[in-house]
Amino acid sequence: MAGADAVGGERLMPALEAAAIHARLKARFGDAIGDLAGTRRDNTCATVAPAKIVEVCRFLKTESGLEFDCLSNLSGVDYPKRSVIQVVYNLYSYPHRHLFTLKVDTPRDNPVIPTLSGLWSHADWQEREVFDLLGVVFEGHPDLRRILMPEDWPGHPLRKDFVEPEEYHGISTSRESLLKA
Amino acid sequence: MQEFVDGLVANPSWVHYLGAMLAFGGIVVFGFVLPIAGITTWVERRVAGRIQSRIGPNRTGPAGFLQWLADGIKSLLKEDIVPDAADAPLFKLAPYVVMTGFVGAFVALPFGGPLIIADLNVGILYITAVTSLVVVGILMAGWSSNNKWSLLGGIRSAAQIVSYEIPAGLSIFPIVMLSGALSMQSIIAEQGAAPWRWFIFNNPFTFIAFFIFFVAALAEGNRTPFDLPEAESELVMGFATEYSGMRNLLFFMAEWGNLYVIGAIVATLFLGGWQIPWALAEHPVPRVALQFGTFFLKSYFWVFVAVWLRWTLPRIRVDQMMIMCWKYLVPLAFVNLLGTAAWMVVFPHGAPGVPELLCVAAAVLLGLFLRRVRYHLTRAGLKREELSYNILATERIPGLG
Amino acid sequence: MGLAGFEVEVQRETRDGGLATEDMTLSMGPQHPSTHGVLRFVIRADGEVMKEAIPDIGYLHRSIEKIAEKVGWHGFMPYTDRVDYVAAMPCNQGWAMAAERLAAIEVPKRGEYCRVIATEFSRIHSHLLSVGSMAMDIGAYTPFTHAIREREYINDLLEELCGARLTFHYMRIGGVGWDLPPGWRDKALAYIKRFEPLIDEFNDLISWNKIYTERLANVAVVSARDAIDYNLVGPNLRGSGVRYDVRRDEPYSVYPDFDFDIPVGRGEMGTVGDCFDRYIVRIREMKESCKIVRQCLEKLPGGPVIAKVPRNFKPPAGDCYVRLESARGDMGWYVVSDGTAFPYRCKIRTGSFAAISIVPKVSRNLMIADLIAVIASLDLVAPEIDR
Repeated sequence: MAGADAVGGERLMPALEAAAIHARLKARFGDAIGDLAGTRRDNTCATVAPAKIVEVCRFLKTESGLEFDCLSNLSGVDYPKRSVIQVVYNLYSYPHRHLFTLKVDTPRDNPVIPTLSGLWSHADWQEREVFDLLGVVFEGHPDLRRILMPEDWPGHPLRKDFVEPEEYHGISTSRESLLKA
Repeated sequence: MQEFVDGLVANPSWVHYLGAMLAFGGIVVFGFVLPIAGITTWVERRVAGRIQSRIGPNRTGPAGFLQWLADGIKSLLKEDIVPDAADAPLFKLAPYVVMTGFVGAFVALPFGGPLIIADLNVGILYITAVTSLVVVGILMAGWSSNNKWSLLGGIRSAAQIVSYEIPAGLSIFPIVMLSGALSMQSIIAEQGAAPWRWFIFNNPFTFIAFFIFFVAALAEGNRTPFDLPEAESELVMGFATEYSGMRNLLFFMAEWGNLYVIGAIVATLFLGGWQIPWALAEHPVPRVALQFGTFFLKSYFWVFVAVWLRWTLPRIRVDQMMIMCWKYLVPLAFVNLLGTAAWMVVFPHGAPGVPELLCVAAAVLLGLFLRRVRYHLTRAGLKREELSYNILATERIPGLG
Repeated sequence: MGLAGFEVEVQRETRDGGLATEDMTLSMGPQHPSTHGVLRFVIRADGEVMKEAIPDIGYLHRSIEKIAEKVGWHGFMPYTDRVDYVAAMPCNQGWAMAAERLAAIEVPKRGEYCRVIATEFSRIHSHLLSVGSMAMDIGAYTPFTHAIREREYINDLLEELCGARLTFHYMRIGGVGWDLPPGWRDKALAYIKRFEPLIDEFNDLISWNKIYTERLANVAVVSARDAIDYNLVGPNLRGSGVRYDVRRDEPYSVYPDFDFDIPVGRGEMGTVGDCFDRYIVRIREMKESCKIVRQCLEKLPGGPVIAKVPRNFKPPAGDCYVRLESARGDMGWYVVSDGTAFPYRCKIRTGSFAAISIVPKVSRNLMIADLIAVIASLDLVAPEIDR
């Protein structure tokens, strides 16, 4: 945090290449980390086993030299062909200005991942959104409820097989074509 | 007034007097007060337009002058909505209480030498008391609307008005001490036509009391920068949110008309009222007309200042407003009171030269202010044709096209 | 007042022998007269002092991310305007950059310069609305109209450029839609010349006004650590003292060619990270944007404005995470492509989404009037939050 806090002067720490970050992760966590994938700086990533995600992230956040103090993005992607829902964590470090991406696969019929809201407060709302739109349950989340959709909406809209309900509280969800004669 | 009735009817009874007072009151209210409130809205909207680089109402009548009439007629024709769960009797009564509080003040305003409906010997005290009636009306409106935001607005307004009564009242005392009477006409009679004979320049303490009084009166009138009770991004109109149609308009009219009352009180107490140099006119009719004109100009200038402040300054928060009142204005008003009393003891017939000195000081301040205005205008690089002080302007500012 | 999902306890506090008091639960929104959009806050207040202000979002959710999966790469570009319609150009650019990165398309130089001009004008446009409506929320109505007046001139310029005044759809995958019209460059330079001194006039009118600074100083202080923890970006982050700007620190497009400053909150009127700092950072950023536009217009190269991109655009399978500096800060676009003509997933992470999540934390023990200042200083716009 030293570099980011500086007002008017920056003492940036050296940035690490993604391969170096991956090497440190592999050294620490072994099999829980998958291989390094990705073609460019912004999409180099590694898969992480769901059970270990909290430890991995804590390591990435607190270890000196890594210091990923910012969870830049948290998205859920639905892969019905592989029967997984993948949660993608884009991490960024302000003192070092390096980034890394973690991907966690969970089974589509029972997606459960431990929450990261204890590490980064931004994860709180992002995980609520993934829960709302894709149905992933984040264990240990302080307040897991729908955020964008109404509280009593059935289903998870961003899933590839989501079928819109016929009506919601008596309001029809389809509209007749306005082009009818 | 009494002489007028005596001159008309042979043996006037109380019915005659009552009738005359009601008739005269009606003429004043419908012929003067309501049009003043309405025309003030026109002035406000046009002045606001120029300050905000736009025009303001310009369709109804020449330069939009009849906009207030159109708004009044439209409000009368609107549906009368009383919320279902609102306390209907209180809801309907509240605007009238507020109007009473404001119209009642006009009875004692001295528009000219003989032009006063009732020259009460407790004139200024009566005015202060009657204008406090609006608090009751606002609380009624806020409570009976069955709306938490209205309630908040009503309570804030009540707290604000009640609090600012103190510095306002305390600032009136130096004037009362100097003039030795509460009656409005007596206060004016003690002043003179020339600026250095006005009470504002009498001694430094009344000079400061003037500003305290003006600020406190703005707060009592719920005007920006003290308009937290009524406007805010909380809800549209604070205590008057649930009101529609004519009832809403009555609240508005009370606010704008109150501006005139504030201006009138300031003109009476501090600026010499309707006093004109006696040499100007001997015949009573032009003399009274000139007096009326002087008084009107003096009071309407402060209406303009209040409008100007409204569109320039942001809003003070409720706790800051309370702090300003109780921690700053009240002690300062006490200091003024004691200072004036001490001055009167030390200089029983007035200090020679001090009023003239204060006049010069005020003129210097005004000059500095105008110079600052000119500095800002030149710095912004605005060209001459982009500026317009003319509130009757009809064109947009020329732009880039 | 529906409170489904919000279990609010009624607390009865009895002061010994005195009256029992309850906390009042108020619902601010979804309709309320400020320009920040359709937001709702459930406020639990003890008189004027708030115990909690819980945001309730979703009133403007239009499922833009799902629509991306249906309309295809080119077809999604107009939808990106609606992601943040107050500053629509950077959103266009985000989507274009994501598609270009996936397909390894290089945008011609002139196209990049046009993009920068458009984005910076959009930034000025958005900041004018932000500071104007913030002043209006605090109670000063005049600065809002002055800001809107200036905004109208920018609208005229951008209308001449791309035909629209709010949702521009100016950028395309591979460049921009149209070249600068003849004479536009001079008009834009003339406007910048007129606009820069008006920022100082605006400051004199409202920014240094004592009442205004008293309302904003020391209100809702967000420390740098909290700002990074909650992923605050843009002027919100810079207001807390963190000197970070995606244009300079993760450079993209042609921003390295230009020389501009990054204004940072210094706690001039109160503490670093209070509402006033966030506000004054926006004012100063407008000046910097003027600088960038002027340099851009002076150095404008010739050439085509758009690269050759097939109509049936099918980027290779893969994903990318693109970040760019929108008016509201670092906007993150995580786009997944499966090799077909339709995007597989598009996730837009916006600055206002994070900013609204910090409101419950900073608004404890503030007054209701301060909540207005907080919302305005964080520059929340509902379309960005809900998408």
